[in-house]
Amino acid sequence: MRTRLPFLLSTMALSMIQLALAQDDRGLTLPKTVEAGSAFSIQCPGSGKAVLYIVGLGQALKRDVELGGTIFFPAGSLSNSGHYLAALERSSSAETGSFDVVPATKPAELSFLAKPSRVPVGLQDGITGAVYVFDVFRNLVAVPTSVSFELSSPSGTVQKRTVTTREGSAWTVMDSTAQQGIDRFVARVDEISSARIIGQVPGDPCELKMSARQSGQKLLLATDPVRDCNGNAVPDGTIVTFTEAYNGDQSTVDVPLKHGIGEVQMAVHNGATISVASGIVLGNQVRWEK
Amino acid sequence: MNNGRLLAALLAAATVALVVIGTVWPARSAVAYATGKGLMDSSSTPQEAVTNLGEEIRSQAWEKAYAGLANKAQFTEPEFVHDLTGYYPSLLTYSTLDKFEVRPLHASADEAEIELKLYWATVVGSSVSKRDLHVIRNGDRWEPEWPIAKEPIVPPQVIAVNYLRWDVIYPSSGDDWGAQNVEAPHVRIVDMHPVERADGVVILGELLNEDVVPAYVSATATLLSKNEVPIATEGSFDKISHLLLPKQVTPFFIKFPNVSLSDVGSIRMTPMSALIAASADPVIEIENEHLHPAPEAFLTGQLVNQSGQIVNVAHVLGTFYNRAGQVVWVADEYIDTALLPQNPVPFEIHIPEDLARNVSSQRTVIATYSSGGSQ
Repeated sequence: MRTRLPFLLSTMALSMIQLALAQDDRGLTLPKTVEAGSAFSIQCPGSGKAVLYIVGLGQALKRDVELGGTIFFPAGSLSNSGHYLAALERSSSAETGSFDVVPATKPAELSFLAKPSRVPVGLQDGITGAVYVFDVFRNLVAVPTSVSFELSSPSGTVQKRTVTTREGSAWTVMDSTAQQGIDRFVARVDEISSARIIGQVPGDPCELKMSARQSGQKLLLATDPVRDCNGNAVPDGTIVTFTEAYNGDQSTVDVPLKHGIGEVQMAVHNGATISVASGIVLGNQVRWEK
Repeated sequence: MNNGRLLAALLAAATVALVVIGTVWPARSAVAYATGKGLMDSSSTPQEAVTNLGEEIRSQAWEKAYAGLANKAQFTEPEFVHDLTGYYPSLLTYSTLDKFEVRPLHASADEAEIELKLYWATVVGSSVSKRDLHVIRNGDRWEPEWPIAKEPIVPPQVIAVNYLRWDVIYPSSGDDWGAQNVEAPHVRIVDMHPVERADGVVILGELLNEDVVPAYVSATATLLSKNEVPIATEGSFDKISHLLLPKQVTPFFIKFPNVSLSDVGSIRMTPMSALIAASADPVIEIENEHLHPAPEAFLTGQLVNQSGQIVNVAHVLGTFYNRAGQVVWVADEYIDTALLPQNPVPFEIHIPEDLARNVSSQRTVIATYSSGGSQ
């Protein structure tokens, strides 16, 4: 019996608090939800004058109102989605209530994150795209929305995916194709779209091949046009290392590709072994005999 | 209170006494600095003559140093100065002589051979150069002959340079969140190996730029104890070639002083890369590389600038491998003279003797700096 008494007392106290709050809210008639940017109204029964405050995230309104009527708020009054508190201050008392401003259902803007900005050719699931859908007031649109992703590759092939947003975002992965060039990656919701550029770049050199010929007192070493395993030209500036080994000594030079080939002049050493490499890729070897 | 006053009076008296002593009987080195005269009272021996010359070079008393040379008729004073400080802007241009050593090699009644070893204090540390001086007797004085290395003459020619350059445009601050950016170059550590030395642990390795754009790179390592608690974090600092063109490889060397390898449970490596505007030139050939075995254990070679532009500072980084192709050591040397087109400049990199016995092959890369910034 002793243990039940505190429980009964606390239950009664909670009920009284809830009843008091209900009586406070009884005067204000608030909408449960308001779509961001749309017009809405609040009923304030009674008589006389009062001040109505509406306070939310980053936005606050204050109105002098005549009690006993409906207060109209024009479109655009509240634009930030979130939970709002309404307080009606009379001369002798105050009433409070709350309501939610929800994002507009019509998407107006997309934030499109596409990664990476450069991707090697022929990479499965190498490109990712993530979209966040916003309304005209930059509120994240939380209702499921269909987003279409489209990746156009330099070869003309197009990869398409359609994904429905969850909690305002949707994402997808795409493959890079075998041809180097510029991909156009587009995310679209209805008539709204956002585009990003992805560079498909050649992979490591493949079958690196070099030839040697004597030019005066020097040995002219030159690679064949350097290509990756998909036949794309490896970009100029890529370093090719020539190494000439002779009599226990060696000479090396790092040469950037220019116009697709690596070319250098080195001293002539009879019996020298000359090799070529680029990064971790080894090319052919040439043994130089007069 | 009285004790304090007494101490102050004693200190003041001692200071005055020392000033008087220093003025009346100055130290020889102070006289040399104050008057510009040599430490030696005379040049009555070959060593004294070369020591005086070294002091004059150290105090940059060029006129006096030039005047004391036996062979000054063979070159001008500016040529003598440029021979010491460089004909073109280089590491030596912005350095001072920290100290020097004189070592007699050979002597007779009228002539002698003396080695003058010069220790230059440069922005990247000490740079040592050596000159063998012929010293001749002139009456009761000895005068050194300066072995002048005259300005290298580059033959008139046209060197075709097809400049290949990358520039970077970054997004502006006004761009929206989610707007497109250009990401950092993709780099990869292709080899990493800890080595225990007497003064600590060093991390050796190689870093590859596997992207198609130039990268500014550095490497950081964190040593973790067996309980995964960080022991220390260090960076590669200048023991790396910071500019990597596409598919270029650089060695790196990270030193952890006063750490024992037995305390290390694991190592966390963090390679850093950033986009950088860069040029593919100049191209430097490394000629006649020769690995001298232990006990001397050093790598020699010559750098040849195959481009038309002058390279003011060259940094030689040597990577040494064992038979299994694993990195055994990384060593470097700054070249203190400018690299002129087609003009070979020698280099010499030393390897610790104990490690040199494991070295089977090597690879050398050059980082270059030209006036006006990294090209």
